[in-house]
Amino acid sequence: MTGTHPLILAGSAAETTRLVAYWLLAILSVAAAVGMVLARRAVHCAMLLAVIMLSLAVFYAMLGAPFLAFVQIIVYTGAVLMLFLFVLMIVGISAADSIIETIRGQRMWAALAGIAMLVLLCLVVGHAVIGSAAPNSAKFSNGNVTTLANLIFTRYLYPFEITSALLITAAVGAMVLAHRERTTPKPTQRELAARRIASGRPTPLPGPGTYAQHNAADMPALLPDGSQSELSVSPVLSGRSGETPRELPGATAIPVAPPETAGSVAGPASAGGQEAGEQ
Amino acid sequence: MVSPAHFIALSVILFVIGAVGVLVRRNAIVVFMCVELMLNAANLAFVTFARMHGALDGQVIAFFVMVVAAAEVVVGLAILTAIFRARRSASVDDANLMKY
Repeated sequence: MTGTHPLILAGSAAETTRLVAYWLLAILSVAAAVGMVLARRAVHCAMLLAVIMLSLAVFYAMLGAPFLAFVQIIVYTGAVLMLFLFVLMIVGISAADSIIETIRGQRMWAALAGIAMLVLLCLVVGHAVIGSAAPNSAKFSNGNVTTLANLIFTRYLYPFEITSALLITAAVGAMVLAHRERTTPKPTQRELAARRIASGRPTPLPGPGTYAQHNAADMPALLPDGSQSELSVSPVLSGRSGETPRELPGATAIPVAPPETAGSVAGPASAGGQEAGEQ
Repeated sequence: MVSPAHFIALSVILFVIGAVGVLVRRNAIVVFMCVELMLNAANLAFVTFARMHGALDGQVIAFFVMVVAAAEVVVGLAILTAIFRARRSASVDDANLMKY
């Protein structure tokens, strides 16, 4: 095939390459889509959606739309999916769907509706005459961006202008919706200090434990009597569902140092002083 | 030979999977993702038809669809965070404030 985009191999192997790429990515994207519907955790859904969008970008490149392929990667996988992940962080990353059906037979009816829709679309597409691709020209390879720009700024100028109004409205709307109205006056420094003294704990919370082999935010610190301080680990980490709290190796084995052994591990000055006292 | 019919078939399959996801899932964020999948499937059909007819109008429309999808996601996720802040839930079953 002559005149293909430089990204795609030219020559006799091009068709085979396209066929292999198509079937690989088609199977991958359909599997990812099915997994997205079935995955219980929203984060897994977002990751599978990224797979689908990246394979769609490759399909756009194969179909002679290099500009749209890059826009797909930049806008969808770059911006939209990052937005999804940020909102997932706010809403709760471990939030999983419940398996209980609130509407009786919802899944069965949804599956039936899906099958009906698939049959309907297959009938429509099957009856339509889908011809072969038009002969290749420059606007599907190197001249793609310039031809698109010509179209956008001549024939589609008004939709393009209306798009800018839509984007501004969306940005303002998102700001208005995400804005939280302050219902109470902002606490002053004096009120914060008084609240802290009144809370019974004027000092900051203890930091996580730092040990020779473990140094992480989920390692509890040891109190002077050898017990673990629950306050030193963030409740977000300790309250994570599906995870057992990390056991500190040897934490229970660390004995409360009795007074006579304390002298032997203490510094030489105190040890000497104790010896002197015994003598 | 990969014909446009291949891509149209793939687009149909992805669209139906997205629609089933919208019907089945109850986490509002996942419902949004499934809507995005449906929009992407439609985009694939647009680009395929542009290639088939040898004109770039389909690609321009796909470009506009992407813009609208981005705006929709921004507003939708802002609504979602507002609802979550008020109700502490992202499930579409719990958001029945406007029901009565």
